[in-house]
Amino acid sequence: MPELRGVGIGLGVAQGPVARMAAPLPPPPDERSTRSVEEETARVREAVSAVARELEERGEKAGGKAQDVLEAQAMMAEDPTLEQEVDDRIAKGKTSEFAVYDAFASFREQLTALGGYLGERAADLDDVAQRVIARLRGLPAPGVPDPGHPFVLVAKDLAPADTALLDLEKVLALVTTEGGPTSHTAILAREKAIVAVVGVADAAGLEEGETVIVDAAAGVVVTEPTDDELARAKNRADSRAAAASAPITPGALRDGTEIPLLVNLGNAEGAAEAVALGAEGVGLFRTEFLFLSSSQAPTVEQQRAVYEKLLAAFAGKKVVVRVLDAGADKPLPFLNDAHEENPALGLRGLRALRASEDILREQLTALAEADAATRAAGKGADLWVMAPMVATVEETEYFTKIAREYGVKTAGVMVEVPSSALLADRILAVADFASIGTNDLTQYTMAADRLLGSVATFQDPWHPAVLRLVREVGEAGRAHGKPVGICGEAAADPMLAVVLVGLGATSLSMAPTALADVRATLLQYTLGEARAIAEAALAANDAASARAAAQAAASTSSTAAEAAATREKETEQ
Amino acid sequence: MPQVSRTVRIGSSHGLHARPAKLFAQAAKDTGIPITIAKDSGAPVNAASILGVISLGVEQGDYVTLTADGDDAEAALDTLSELLTTDHDAE
Repeated sequence: MPELRGVGIGLGVAQGPVARMAAPLPPPPDERSTRSVEEETARVREAVSAVARELEERGEKAGGKAQDVLEAQAMMAEDPTLEQEVDDRIAKGKTSEFAVYDAFASFREQLTALGGYLGERAADLDDVAQRVIARLRGLPAPGVPDPGHPFVLVAKDLAPADTALLDLEKVLALVTTEGGPTSHTAILAREKAIVAVVGVADAAGLEEGETVIVDAAAGVVVTEPTDDELARAKNRADSRAAAASAPITPGALRDGTEIPLLVNLGNAEGAAEAVALGAEGVGLFRTEFLFLSSSQAPTVEQQRAVYEKLLAAFAGKKVVVRVLDAGADKPLPFLNDAHEENPALGLRGLRALRASEDILREQLTALAEADAATRAAGKGADLWVMAPMVATVEETEYFTKIAREYGVKTAGVMVEVPSSALLADRILAVADFASIGTNDLTQYTMAADRLLGSVATFQDPWHPAVLRLVREVGEAGRAHGKPVGICGEAAADPMLAVVLVGLGATSLSMAPTALADVRATLLQYTLGEARAIAEAALAANDAASARAAAQAAASTSSTAAEAAATREKETEQ
Repeated sequence: MPQVSRTVRIGSSHGLHARPAKLFAQAAKDTGIPITIAKDSGAPVNAASILGVISLGVEQGDYVTLTADGDDAEAALDTLSELLTTDHDAE
């Protein structure tokens, strides 16, 4: 089973025959036709009419908005104005190919010049021109293929215009040779939950019609799969489909260990959607939006109204609010307007709040008042408050003391700096809980600015150095019997979520859309297996091999689990 | 043969772009007689040409003038005028 490597989007697996997206045709040369004008005209009429009929047929099949677009394209192909332009060029002795190319190009320029929506129609024109020229040359039409059966689409990368016409019923999976996790293809795949592996450079060698397995979870495309491999892939796809339609249950491992699944929110508006997707509470409520773009801090009353709305939306559930995290990439003029050479290493997070303690005290006042008001109304939530960017035990003492002054029952700290991870045992002796912000923790561990593209490869929470720090916090939490949450991109990566739990995380907080996949993945492993998977990742030298080691360990445990399930079934019978 | 002209105000909230342009050009073609459309005092283009129609860049509220020749010109322009004054995006 030869494997082609890429970056998997999501966790799905699919199989089917390859259909390639034909590459765009090079512009035809401007040369004299060896045919007569009549011959060239007849050729062009035939090609244009064939393309128009094909577009109409595809439109009829597609229906809806796509039908309108395709029918408009069919009309463009047979447009009388364009026909005149093409005929004029053929009359001057040009080839059909060049006449079509040149006539369409002149219209394209007109549309582009009009700009906006009309400029976008230029792409439709290009597509028609390419189709007519391909037909004249006897080549397959460029763009999304239509082999008449479901297929695995292999392309360089998908343009927005391609994806608009993509028949999702027919596309089993997407494989691209170019593009990364933020490419248009990846975005489409996430949005539509299509199995995809992007950036598979070697996919250029895949043959039309050959059967492949596209395994997004492993980030590979398996060529020449055996029957056994195909059957296993189908089983996985089936059980994933079952998981997606499974009822929403509280987050837990296979052995019943509860791992509450929480959400990260930036404002109270997203609450209803998050609850519908099964959020068991809020793991990170960012309060920055209340402060950003203001020239002065919001009043206690303004803040209280927002907090009340949030707490009421999650009545009876846990809500972790982070006090203002400003500085570095989120500058606030009223908090700190001093120029800093390295703001990420400057007066930010809790440091900035300490320098303007009145802002912290006002925020705690508003939170305490909102908590009291919602409780009085019978809509109280379990309010936890935490401080951002805590680097020392002394800062932990400072924050928990001040929070308790305002009656905050559960006061914790965010572990985003290696120092606080390494001293987690002392910090958790003081704080009620820790929440690990994996994005910042990675940035500070790897000394790589998370906003800087040139060092983006360092920004990977799978790095064993980051995982070791998480383990420190997890062990400290276990020793003190205190919760350790994870908030950040890492918790939304299902396999990494298993590793984090194995390292001692007791709750996970993520974007609401990630809940279903993480929930389903956690259910596949016991705590013992999660620990073994985490050990495998820790033993690696770098992020990529940590990911691979975790996947290998995970597939061993799931094979063992499958075998156990089979034995159980056999015993029953 | 009498030449008939009519000036109408565009009702479609997206002007004469993709779908409305397609519907209009198709209808103009279906009449089987030569019809032109011009925006304000601009040069007339073939109304059966979707590209010609799109390239006029007609927006909602713009005035366009239709011109047709032939016996059925009146009836054809009635149909097309109604099409142009309807907001197809509101359907």
